[in-house]
Amino acid sequence: MIDALTANQAAALAAKLARIEVAAVYPITPQTTISEKLADMVASGGMDARFMLMESEHSAMSALIGASYVGARTFTATSSHGLALMHEVLMWASGVRRPIVMPVAARTIGGPWNIWGEHMDVITERDVGWMQFYCENNQEVLDTILMAYRVAEDPSVMLPAMVVVDGFILTHTVDAVDVPEQGLVDDYLPPFRPDPVLNLDDPRRFGLVMPDWWTEFRYRIATDMEGAKERIREADREFGRIFGRRYGGLVEHYRTEDADAVLVVAGSAAGTAKEVADRLRDEGLMVGVARLRVFRPFPSEEIAELSSKRVVGVFDRSYTFGDGGAMYNEVRSALHGSDNIVKNYVGGLGGRDVTAAHMEWVFRNMLDIADKGLDRRVEWVGLRDGSGRW
Amino acid sequence: MIEIRFHGRGGQGAVLASEILARAAIKEGLSASAFPFFGVERKGSPVTAFCRIDDRPIRLHTGIYEPDHVVVLDQALIRLTDVLSGLKENGTVLVNSPRRPEDLGLATDRPVTTVDATSIALSHRLGSPSSPIVNTAILGGLARQCDIVPIEAILDAIRFMAPAKKEENARAALEAYRRGGS
Repeated sequence: MIDALTANQAAALAAKLARIEVAAVYPITPQTTISEKLADMVASGGMDARFMLMESEHSAMSALIGASYVGARTFTATSSHGLALMHEVLMWASGVRRPIVMPVAARTIGGPWNIWGEHMDVITERDVGWMQFYCENNQEVLDTILMAYRVAEDPSVMLPAMVVVDGFILTHTVDAVDVPEQGLVDDYLPPFRPDPVLNLDDPRRFGLVMPDWWTEFRYRIATDMEGAKERIREADREFGRIFGRRYGGLVEHYRTEDADAVLVVAGSAAGTAKEVADRLRDEGLMVGVARLRVFRPFPSEEIAELSSKRVVGVFDRSYTFGDGGAMYNEVRSALHGSDNIVKNYVGGLGGRDVTAAHMEWVFRNMLDIADKGLDRRVEWVGLRDGSGRW
Repeated sequence: MIEIRFHGRGGQGAVLASEILARAAIKEGLSASAFPFFGVERKGSPVTAFCRIDDRPIRLHTGIYEPDHVVVLDQALIRLTDVLSGLKENGTVLVNSPRRPEDLGLATDRPVTTVDATSIALSHRLGSPSSPIVNTAILGGLARQCDIVPIEAILDAIRFMAPAKKEENARAALEAYRRGGS
């Protein structure tokens, strides 16, 4: 059924459709309406799950690890400082291989105080062993949560997943969402049946690894994260077969095939980029968009397909104070050895709108440096004084 | 694509108006998105909300800077904010006001319509004289002024989304629609 939903409402409905068994949450803007909708559905009897309001995000994630150990499908949602407060427990969740799925309403981390959208909170958690899916629109938020459970709970993966939902831009925007039928979701997503589980009648020890096996434990996470790429591609294909919607696996290539300049961009800004790319195509400008759907595991193979492009731009909606932004650096690494120009564009921080005009400027700039050569590696887009680049 | 910008004050329901319109369009088989200007929310302070409607999927995730239609829920905002900002050449303006359009002091050659949404809302006991809930009545006026979404779809969306007094809200919208603008 086509409904009019915010991404937060869509995320809560996805949790219901996934038949989650335990939700443990602590509210934070702009995630709070996910928790509220879940609480509503559980309280009204529309959802058969245990809903726990915790005293912090740290506790919420801790509770889910325990619940997952006994075999429950688990869910929470957070944002910004809440995600930061979870940091150490995030590493626990992945280290002990609990396939928790968590939408993150992506937002700044203060100070100074700013509650609006960017990717800094999730980029900060890129190294904690969680998969990271970035969504372009509300439909994709609902669909990706279902896909994330399927991939995360695959016995060959058993790793948690964040579903990144651009704060306010998606979380608080009403859009058309096709809500799938429960029966189809049940076909797509089998019940979670982990083995082994915590069981008083069959005592085991979980969660301590001595130096003689630690390296092997980390190696298994590394290879299973790598293996998750194929599971993600397969989950996308199967989703298309059952629901009629596909997203391109780890990277959605949009008009890249014959493009001279391709912009790599994640999240809602990709929609604006595609719209602008179409307008520029009408002018005969050969531009395309490679939408980064998955940042962990990193889709090196899909990005390497861009090595024949004259210019690859990478749009970072965060800044990590390294040699350019985080997405830029990983894309640049994947393209190492090719002779194309790779340039970083940084923008859309702290609620700054990424406008069609910004995107047009970026595409034109990429075509410009295709002719003239790279002017600077990092370009901050839409700065008020137009300077501050290097 | 049609782009609509709502100007209201916190508490008047401008954001909900944009969402009701989007829902009505979606239920009519169109694509639509609705979102507020993401600022600080305080009762009484100026609020801006947006709605895009199209017959193909909406991919733009950015504000509306050049609207086709502007809807003003409080005529006093005309003096406080540039409600005409970026209005397209063939755009229109709808203002909640008991006055005639030419008496509003709007410096534009675009068509301006007024509808007395405050009186209509109060006659249906929506809000109080100091804080009337005018969003549903103004949507009736908008449906009359622009052929975007049928009034029946708007009434259905109001009944679905109004947090209270669903029928009163639907009747206020219908009355504004029937009365039409001046």
